[in-house]
Amino acid sequence: MEKKILMKGNEAIAEAAVQAGCQLYFGYPITPQTEISEYLSQRLPEVGGVFLQAESEVAAINMVYGASASGARVMTSSSGPGISLKQEGISYLTVAELPCVIVNMSRGGPGLGNIQPSQSDYFQAVKGGGHGDYKLIVLAPSSVQELITLTHRAFYLADKYRNPVEILGDGMLGQMMEPVVFTKPQFPPLPSKDWAIKGKNGRERKVVGRLTLEAQALEEVNLRLHRKYQEIQKNEVLFEAFGSPEPDLLLVGFGTTARILKTVVREGEKKGLKLGLIRPITLFPFPRDEINRLANQAGKVLVVEMNLGQMVEDVRLSVEGRVPVFFYGRTGGMIPTAETILSRVEQIVS
Amino acid sequence: MKQKETMRLPSGRVIIDQEFCKGCSLCIRICPREVLGLSNRFNSVGYYPAVVESAEKCNGCGFCAQVCPEVAISVYRG
Amino acid sequence: MAVVFERPKTLIKKPFTYCPGCHHGLAQRIIAEVIDELGIENKTIGVGPVGCSVYIYQFLDTDFVMGAHGRAPAIATGIKRTQPDKIVFSYQGDGDIAAIGTAEILHAANRGELISSFFINNAVFGMTGGQMAPTTILKQKTTTSPKGREPKSHGFPLQLCEVLSACQGSAYLSRVALTNPKLINQAKRSIKKALLTQIEGRGFSLVEILSPCPTNWGMSPQEAVDWLEKEMIPYYPLGEIAVKEGILHA
Repeated sequence: MEKKILMKGNEAIAEAAVQAGCQLYFGYPITPQTEISEYLSQRLPEVGGVFLQAESEVAAINMVYGASASGARVMTSSSGPGISLKQEGISYLTVAELPCVIVNMSRGGPGLGNIQPSQSDYFQAVKGGGHGDYKLIVLAPSSVQELITLTHRAFYLADKYRNPVEILGDGMLGQMMEPVVFTKPQFPPLPSKDWAIKGKNGRERKVVGRLTLEAQALEEVNLRLHRKYQEIQKNEVLFEAFGSPEPDLLLVGFGTTARILKTVVREGEKKGLKLGLIRPITLFPFPRDEINRLANQAGKVLVVEMNLGQMVEDVRLSVEGRVPVFFYGRTGGMIPTAETILSRVEQIVS
Repeated sequence: MKQKETMRLPSGRVIIDQEFCKGCSLCIRICPREVLGLSNRFNSVGYYPAVVESAEKCNGCGFCAQVCPEVAISVYRG
Repeated sequence: MAVVFERPKTLIKKPFTYCPGCHHGLAQRIIAEVIDELGIENKTIGVGPVGCSVYIYQFLDTDFVMGAHGRAPAIATGIKRTQPDKIVFSYQGDGDIAAIGTAEILHAANRGELISSFFINNAVFGMTGGQMAPTTILKQKTTTSPKGREPKSHGFPLQLCEVLSACQGSAYLSRVALTNPKLINQAKRSIKKALLTQIEGRGFSLVEILSPCPTNWGMSPQEAVDWLEKEMIPYYPLGEIAVKEGILHA
């Protein structure tokens, strides 16, 4: 399947998941990601996998929990309100160290909100979302091709670190069609899942997920998880640098917004503006060192998001007050235009 | 304190693990032959466990073990 | 001497952490006996709940997956769909299965999911200290129904087996109690039938086990057993509520 085909974002994720060896999918319909379910309801049985439409998002994420505990590659997908419902299960998955892939094709919130694209689930994805001290690995694709490669990567990272991975897209990415090439997922080999629960079969029994009543024991668990997150921060940062390597202003944006920012960089160039763009591909781990370095070089930063200012907080933490960080965002499903961003850029630079 | 109280009986033998027993007395109530009673000494966690008081009456029916929520009782017959 | 009663092999040898007179230990022992008799200890996977029932994983010598409150049937579904050759059961209390987890158990039953659920009904939230449960019976006093449960403000006690009997996927539903040897033997037969229903691929199975909670009922173990027989059984009648022959999915 090396040839170029035209494909919708949601379907590309679904096919990429199958190619990454996803054996089971549990989900519940919600716009704008339902095509993932529809595609897999047909496709997974073809490859001997399991598709099950759950009674709720809560049930779906717990079915994922059971399948992951069994050692399988497993995925669920949803959008904003459904991801909120999954938070309970996600918290349990992290402490049980069960790998899985969770796709959030996010939409306008809060509450029921609407079905337009939005990036307002950044905090929920990156800062935990559920109860307790934990983190997800969060990947932010910005094209249909990247939905494929990051879906492959998501399954790899989930297994490598025994941690849930969230793919944070938005309704725009899910619904758009672009030409794509399906490349084979190629990653280093992973250790076998000897922790999986498969019945004793003559060996010592195994237990996944426990009640840890003693404070000291739970602190140990949390510290172990924390060390894992530090390891992830050290090893797995991905970002794309675009535009001038010595910019007068550094732009930072992820996903759909980064696509618009590329136009801003190109249009700015025509006006003689030296603009650089950092597009974080991993939102956790966050590319804080690279942002800090380029921000100090540029002297000014503009963060653009489809929310009222979420990732901007991580950019500010990255530069630690040394550089002014400006923000522009639209919310409620509104998409910022290149023209408006460019006029904001001109204001800041002048 | 003895770990286990063992009695050899004409027809039945009841062994009550003194450390597993919490003295709920359900075995005493269910026993059709009034074989069992409560110890007047507490075990290491502070419960007064059940003990065999009239071993000679036991016929090894096993009712005591059947209803014991702690699975503290073993019964043999013969 | 012939063995009349010994601890089953699948029950780990250590003292239970339950209160005196609580029937959790008894229920877990019977499940262990059935696992031994069926010889399935090597391919059985238990799914634990939240509440007093959670401790089962410390006592039953099988693989266990522990998850969130009420979600065990969904977790069990995920395990069974991944490993159809395994015997998967959930062990849940009344708050877990009949309050917060109602959707998960109802839909697992309705799908005819090939899992078995063992449901400990003691008419009260045990671990949190005796609050009203969905199964608290009328006039029963709890810490959140201090004047006794009355339908106008608290609603009616939920008869879960009867509710699940409306689901086409329920192949075997039974309600049992463990207050005397005869009932214990019946309970054991029910638990075995439930697991066989799963092994034979016939559909969803559940056994509801009425259980005393002397601590939160404010009774001695003996009074609690008497109260269960006198007050609970009339509202939660014992017996097989649904027995469907054949394979539901066929």
